[in-house]
Amino acid sequence: MVTTTPVMPASESLDPSAPPRPAANQRLFDSIPMRATPVTPARTVIDIQNLDFFYGAKQALFDVNLALEEKRVTAFIGPSGCGKSTLLRCLNRMNDLIDGTRIARGSIEIRGIDIHRRDVDPIELRKRVGMVFQKSNPFPKSIYENIVYGLRLQGVRDKTRLDEVVERSLKGAALWDEVKDRLHESGLGLSGGQQQRLCIARAIAVEPEVILMDEPCSALDPIATAKIEELIHDLKRDYTIVIVTHSMQQAARVSDKTAFFYMGKLVEYNDTRTIFMHPANAQTEAYVSGRFG
Amino acid sequence: MADREINPFATQATWFPRFEKGVFWIFRLATYAVLLSGFAVFGTIVVKGAGTVFTTRAPFLNVAFLTQAPETLYVFEYDGAKHELGAKDYRAFRETEEAKAKAAGKPAPKFESVESIVYSSGGIFPAIVGTILLVVGSMAIALVLGVASAIYLSEYAKNGPVVRFIRLAIINLAGVPSIVFGLFGYGMFVIFLGWNVSLLAGWFTLAFMVLPVVITASEEALRAVPRGFRDASLALGSTKWQTIRKAVLPYALPGVLTSSILGVARVAGETAPIMFTAAYVVRDRLPWQVSQVSDFFFQGVMALPYHIYVVSSKIPQNVYTERVQYGAAFVFLMLVAAIATGSILLRNRLRGRYQW
Repeated sequence: MVTTTPVMPASESLDPSAPPRPAANQRLFDSIPMRATPVTPARTVIDIQNLDFFYGAKQALFDVNLALEEKRVTAFIGPSGCGKSTLLRCLNRMNDLIDGTRIARGSIEIRGIDIHRRDVDPIELRKRVGMVFQKSNPFPKSIYENIVYGLRLQGVRDKTRLDEVVERSLKGAALWDEVKDRLHESGLGLSGGQQQRLCIARAIAVEPEVILMDEPCSALDPIATAKIEELIHDLKRDYTIVIVTHSMQQAARVSDKTAFFYMGKLVEYNDTRTIFMHPANAQTEAYVSGRFG
Repeated sequence: MADREINPFATQATWFPRFEKGVFWIFRLATYAVLLSGFAVFGTIVVKGAGTVFTTRAPFLNVAFLTQAPETLYVFEYDGAKHELGAKDYRAFRETEEAKAKAAGKPAPKFESVESIVYSSGGIFPAIVGTILLVVGSMAIALVLGVASAIYLSEYAKNGPVVRFIRLAIINLAGVPSIVFGLFGYGMFVIFLGWNVSLLAGWFTLAFMVLPVVITASEEALRAVPRGFRDASLALGSTKWQTIRKAVLPYALPGVLTSSILGVARVAGETAPIMFTAAYVVRDRLPWQVSQVSDFFFQGVMALPYHIYVVSSKIPQNVYTERVQYGAAFVFLMLVAAIATGSILLRNRLRGRYQW
């Protein structure tokens, strides 16, 4: 597969003092089928302003400003520990659950509403902002029960409605044809890639507006990864998607916009094509061409 | 001519291999000693107890022993023969013989060298019932309290000095001798709360005794549930309690039960905590023979371990007492094994359902 071949020979990428090679990025893009059409600006859904975030005494995010657009796929890239997952988990307040985390400054607004406002219930927020995790985590229940989990919590009992949602969600997650005959078998019997798509189906069953994906393909093989990426492309029609990824190729393949983080700071945010082809920042250039990170 | 062969792998003549072998033998003998004493204990109880519990004639089970209350055994000589009868049978026998003699106009018959040995006839049914009631009730209380506090400690409480202190207290509680729990129960429930010697007081005393085990193990089981389940549930917009209730607790339950099985054996076996709080030496009425429902909780019961203690140390020992001693011990072992098997089966079923 073309996409999995290293962009540069390893020996070159190890040498930080190597002169910039403008052709490198071009090569990256030649090798990747770019689906993202040049992006026209869309409405802002999530607006992050001057965000400082702390784990205890350790600051993890520094003055992040970012506007995420509606029905686009935004990729967060950057080396490990750069704060991209932290920021992702801020968006549905999953960080609230970790002791000692706090937002020292700044705000996150979703559709104009500060999500840390006193009258915002994180439970309601998380219904609108779904999440898919790095490690697929279906419940050890049947496929059907996995998908209706969120609805059952909301008290939905109507069998026909639940059946409908299961079918719609599984179709939405491109899993219906594979599992429609075994909806009542355990979700753990599925393959890794199917499990991850089941998790996506479970997330879209509660009809969120935004889906956050935290390295959804890092545990999957290339074929399963390709399926998820295709799925992300389809989901974009209905949902705003934010994806954290370690794979630059993946970011290039699936995203419309890319944000590059380094050491807790947002270094550069732009159309994916621009980030990869003509990054404004030298650090971004070094990272996307594989010279560090 | 070839050189003499030199074997680089030849055994080195040192003391060490022999020493190693010696140590290895000590370990082996230690293991055998443990095994042997285990067999000796079980063997004696099974061999001697089986004689009481099983019979050679159909139905091969000493039904009276398992279904009757204890009676005094009367041993006497009559008409040149030696008889062993329980109190009721003895009285009936005596009456009929005397009536027969009277009818025949003979002098009253002579019952010679009559010996009465308490509790050595009849059965141990009230003790079996009492033990089952004590185990079920106290485990129910211990599980509710234990799982609740484990949930609080591992899911809700912030890990600070207070929680650390609570954990330390729980661990210390596990080391308290059972007689101290018995005295505590006596002071707290029997006297202060005025429950008298009762099932309720026994339940709470035993429950407090196994609580540390249940709490520690439940916490362990809760922690073993993958974080992913919690995250997934919360990310779908569930509250913390919904998450615990639906995505954590069901998967922790098999682990909680595993540890509770150990608790069951301990609750069933302890004598000290119940001897001040719940156990009667002997009680003719069965626990459900009460005039009103509330009396059920405030009555004392017989219990197997206490009964064994009474028949083995509180009555004069002779050849006739052995029967009920070993019989009761054997039934007790079987009962604990049965309760434990029941819990294991339940756990396995849950595990099958909630495996991850």
